[in-house]
Amino acid sequence: MDFTLKIWRQENARAKGRFVTYHVTGISPECSFLEMLDILNQQLIDKFEKPVCYDHDCREGICGACGLYINGRPHGQDDGVTTCQLHMRRYRDGDTITVEPWRAKPFPVIKDLVVDRSAFDKIIASGGYISVSTGGVPDANTILVPKEDAELAMDAAACIGCGACVAACKNASAMLFVASKVSQFAKLPQGRVEAKERVKKMVAKMDELGFGACTNTGACEVECPKNISLSHIACLNREYFKAKIL
Amino acid sequence: MSNLFTSSIGKKLIMSLAGLFLIVFLVVHLGINLSLIFSDTRESFNKAAHFMSSNLLIKIVEIILFGGLFLHMFYGFYLQIKNWIARGRFYSINNYSQTSFFSKFMIHTAVIITVFIIIHLSDFFFKSKFSGEIPVVFYNGKSYHDLGILVIEKFKIPGFVIFYIVCFIFLAFHLLHGFWSAFQTLGLDHRLYTPWIKVIGVLYTILVTAGFTLIPVYIYFFM
Repeated sequence: MDFTLKIWRQENARAKGRFVTYHVTGISPECSFLEMLDILNQQLIDKFEKPVCYDHDCREGICGACGLYINGRPHGQDDGVTTCQLHMRRYRDGDTITVEPWRAKPFPVIKDLVVDRSAFDKIIASGGYISVSTGGVPDANTILVPKEDAELAMDAAACIGCGACVAACKNASAMLFVASKVSQFAKLPQGRVEAKERVKKMVAKMDELGFGACTNTGACEVECPKNISLSHIACLNREYFKAKIL
Repeated sequence: MSNLFTSSIGKKLIMSLAGLFLIVFLVVHLGINLSLIFSDTRESFNKAAHFMSSNLLIKIVEIILFGGLFLHMFYGFYLQIKNWIARGRFYSINNYSQTSFFSKFMIHTAVIITVFIIIHLSDFFFKSKFSGEIPVVFYNGKSYHDLGILVIEKFKIPGFVIFYIVCFIFLAFHLLHGFWSAFQTLGLDHRLYTPWIKVIGVLYTILVTAGFTLIPVYIYFFM
C-alpha cells in the first residue's frame, strides 16, 4: 500500500512548525501505524533527510506514549485503541493521512509530533496518590468493597494518561484524566482517607497549568483508548463540591 | 489551594445553577404568554403581567433572574475565552468524533440568544418599565398597562415573527445540550436516572420551544 502523509514538522519548541507532505510506499496492510512511520523514517534516512520524531514505547496499548492526532481524531479513527494498535488495513491504498501533535497550551510541542505531557505528571504529583500507610496485604474480606465500586475504580484506573482527552476536547480540558485519577481512589476505602485534600489539590493544579474547563461535550469519552466514562467527571464534580462545601 | 468560585469547576457550578433557574423561568414565562392566545380577551395576560411587575416577591426573584442571567452569560463567555487560550494552536482538521452535536456550538447559540434577549427586552420589558407609551385598559375600574396589544401589534410584522422563530430554534439547540449538561456539572449522574434526565431534557426543549413558537404564529394568522 502507498500513502500520502501530511506530517507536522517542527524543529523545536520555539520554532514555527509547518506541514510537510511525504509519500510512503510498500506498506503492508498488517503494519501498525507506528510501523508505517518507522518505514517512512527509514525511507527518509536512505534519502539523507531528517526522520520524523514521534513518541512511542510499549507498542501494545498500555503506556500511553504514542499520542498522534490522525485525520482529526486522537489515536486515529478506531475506537478504544491507541495509535500503536491502529493498523494500515483500516485505510485505503493511496489515502492521504494528516498527522498532527496534540494541541494544547499545557502540552507544548518538543519536536515534530512529540509533545511534553509532564503537565499530567504535575497533576499526579499534586495529590494523585495515597500517602497513608495501608499496611501489608490484609486477609481476604477484612475490608469490604462493594463489587460495583471495585469495578468502577478499576475502570477509572485503566487510564494510561495518554492525553487523548485533552487533545480531543474542544476546550483542551483535562477533566477526564483528573476525574479518573480522583475517581479510582474515591471509590475505595483506602483512598477515602485523603479524598478531600486530593481533589482540591488536583483541580487547583489542573486549573493552574492552563487546561480548559469542561463543557460536557463527551469528545474525551469517545476518543479515550480505554473507554473511560463521562460519569467519572460527574464523580469528580461531586467529590470537589463535597470537599469544598461540606 | 483553590477557592470554590475561582476554580473552573466552581464557575461551572454557578453556570449550571443559573442555567437551571433560567430553565424554570422559561416555563413561567411560557405559561403567562400562552394565556394571551388561549383566552378571548387580553385580560388574564395583562393582569398576569401586572402581577409580575408589581408583586414584591416577584421583584426579588426578578433581581435573582437578571443576576443569574448575567452570571450565566459572563462565565460562559469568560470560560470560552479561557478554553480557546488553553487550546493554543488550532488543529488543521477539527475533531469530528461522534459526540453530541449541539454541545460543540453552545457559544455560537449563546451569542444569538444574547442578541435576541437584548432586542426582546428593549421591545417589551424596558418599554413597559421605563417608557409611558403603553396604552391603558381598565378592568373593574383598575387601570392596567395593555401589554397584550403591544405583543399583538409586534407579531403582526412578518419579519419580526420570523426573527423570533429563528431565535427559538437556536434556543432549542442551546437547551438540548444545556439541560442534561447542568445536571452533569452538578455531579448528578446515575446509571438509572441519567438516561431519564436526557429524555426529559429533550421533551422539555421540544415543548417549551414549540410553545413559544406557537405564540407569534397564532397571533400572526388568527388574531
